[in-house]
Amino acid sequence: MTLASPIQALSITLANCAKTWPDGTRALEPLDLGVRAGETLALLGPSGCGKTTLLRMICGLEETDAGGSIRFGNDDVTRVAPEARGVGVVFQGYALFPNMNVAQNVGYGLKIRGVDVETRRKRVMEMLELVELEALAERRVDRLSGGQRQRVALARAIAIEPRVLLLDEPLTALDARLRQQLRVDLAALLRKLGITCVIVTHDQEEAMMLGDRVAVMSAGRLEQIGQPETLYREPASPFVADFIGTLCRLQGSVVSAHHGVESLSFRPYEIRLGPPGNGLEANIVARFYLGSHIRFELVLDDGQPFTALAEPDAPWQPGERVAINLTQSRTAKEPAPC
Amino acid sequence: MGRRAWLIIAIPAITLFVAFWLLPMAKLAGLGAATPQGMDVSAYWLVLTQPRYWQSLANTVGLSLAATLATLAIALPVSRFLARHPAFPGRRVLMSLLIFPLAFPGVVVGFLVILATGRQGVLNTLAKALSGEPMVLAYGMAGLFIGYLYFLLPRTIGVLMAAVEGIDRHWLEAAQTLGASPWRRFVDIELPALTSALTAAGAMCFATAMGAFGTVFTLGTKIDVLPITIYDEFTNYANIPVAAALSVVLGLATWAALYIANTLANRSASAR
Repeated sequence: MTLASPIQALSITLANCAKTWPDGTRALEPLDLGVRAGETLALLGPSGCGKTTLLRMICGLEETDAGGSIRFGNDDVTRVAPEARGVGVVFQGYALFPNMNVAQNVGYGLKIRGVDVETRRKRVMEMLELVELEALAERRVDRLSGGQRQRVALARAIAIEPRVLLLDEPLTALDARLRQQLRVDLAALLRKLGITCVIVTHDQEEAMMLGDRVAVMSAGRLEQIGQPETLYREPASPFVADFIGTLCRLQGSVVSAHHGVESLSFRPYEIRLGPPGNGLEANIVARFYLGSHIRFELVLDDGQPFTALAEPDAPWQPGERVAINLTQSRTAKEPAPC
Repeated sequence: MGRRAWLIIAIPAITLFVAFWLLPMAKLAGLGAATPQGMDVSAYWLVLTQPRYWQSLANTVGLSLAATLATLAIALPVSRFLARHPAFPGRRVLMSLLIFPLAFPGVVVGFLVILATGRQGVLNTLAKALSGEPMVLAYGMAGLFIGYLYFLLPRTIGVLMAAVEGIDRHWLEAAQTLGASPWRRFVDIELPALTSALTAAGAMCFATAMGAFGTVFTLGTKIDVLPITIYDEFTNYANIPVAAALSVVLGLATWAALYIANTLANRSASAR
């Protein structure tokens, strides 16, 4: 292994990969997934949707059911053990070795590879500089803050010049404010490295910020894969629409009388409120002033609730009746193109 | 809390300590310094110079050390297996069987060893049937060794299982994705994580073995270990000074061995 060589990005190709647990439960339905070389793909979904299982299959800690195949570039790694796969993994909770200090943690993969002490020391310092932790090389890992641990775990994973980088909920263990900052840092670092990367997260915003593309998963299935914008504007299923941002759905005779369709679905900001007497009407239940906009909770006459976002100068108050017009709407009859 | 309030708690504690530890120990140590009947030197001098006592001390330390190391060597893989396989058919039964001898007094353990490896024992019957040669282990060093394993293993397996369960699975997986073979993962990650549990379990085994009496007594071997020698001096010869001196030596030898083990464990932990 030559340490000076730049990371060469490889694509990841999963074909017909399924996972069934020994007790017969299906964790993953057979799926095909391609991650382009140098791309960051975010696997997004609620807990239990199979995203972590999918990640563990890519690094080899779980085997795919018979018939599945995983390739890194042109190299079939389906039956290659995790030790030999050359993947860098950042585990949820980071899994730093408690009996080693920061530098020993980062250098462990190199030590295993028999890299000599001097080269190893250089490489470790290089990695620590990259994550801005060079001052903490000798520190014990239990004396690190959450954010520092996350960066040590990342440095340890990329020190071995992995063929692909896998991150399992890399920011979940951190508090909200720190998470915001590290998201930006991590996005910048991944871009700088140019390595093919898969990130598992249950946080929609995190997925959209870090992923060049986002794959939404639900109940062991891949629901949709695409750029964040595409997923948001043209969700392929109600699940995706609901998981990526808020989606309101209205249906029934009140809706069909005015719009001639069975149901309407729209984002809260895709609605305009106006004086009553003009189209579909609703009653304002609550009004929340949020600075950049006002959030209204409304109900139709038949009791269906929904949410609308309006400009911060919107005059409407709770108890008032307003007309609602859709600026840009999708209906159930005309599903959005994928 | 004020100084006075501390005194209220400290006085009973100190009284208990003095009454039940310090005074009897001082008395014991003092007894050892006395001159046994018909001798012209103190019991400590006798104990340190007579080969009979030396031999007994060497037997005790050697046997205890061997039994401790063997116990750890057997208990570690067994504990790892049990901790890593929380559900397999028969696991509960196996666990119960392993823990069962825990409550047995040494006498019963000794009897079990006789049943297994004595003259009428299972092993001897089998050996005679298969090769025609008798095989009796119960009344020698091997019998003692087996007896010690009997009562040390159940104690150790429980302790080590808890320690293995405390190892984060993700540490091992992280090492694996970094390229570590199963052996390297065991040496680099698992063993360091188990060092304190192994030291604690080893110390407990060693101290228990050093003081074991019932098993040896039941087996009635020719081999003397210190607890038996003390018993003999005390009851058969009424040689209280020598019994007391031997007790102090037994205590000191155990303490010294544990001290060395602890120091080594700490050194290896900080060297990493």
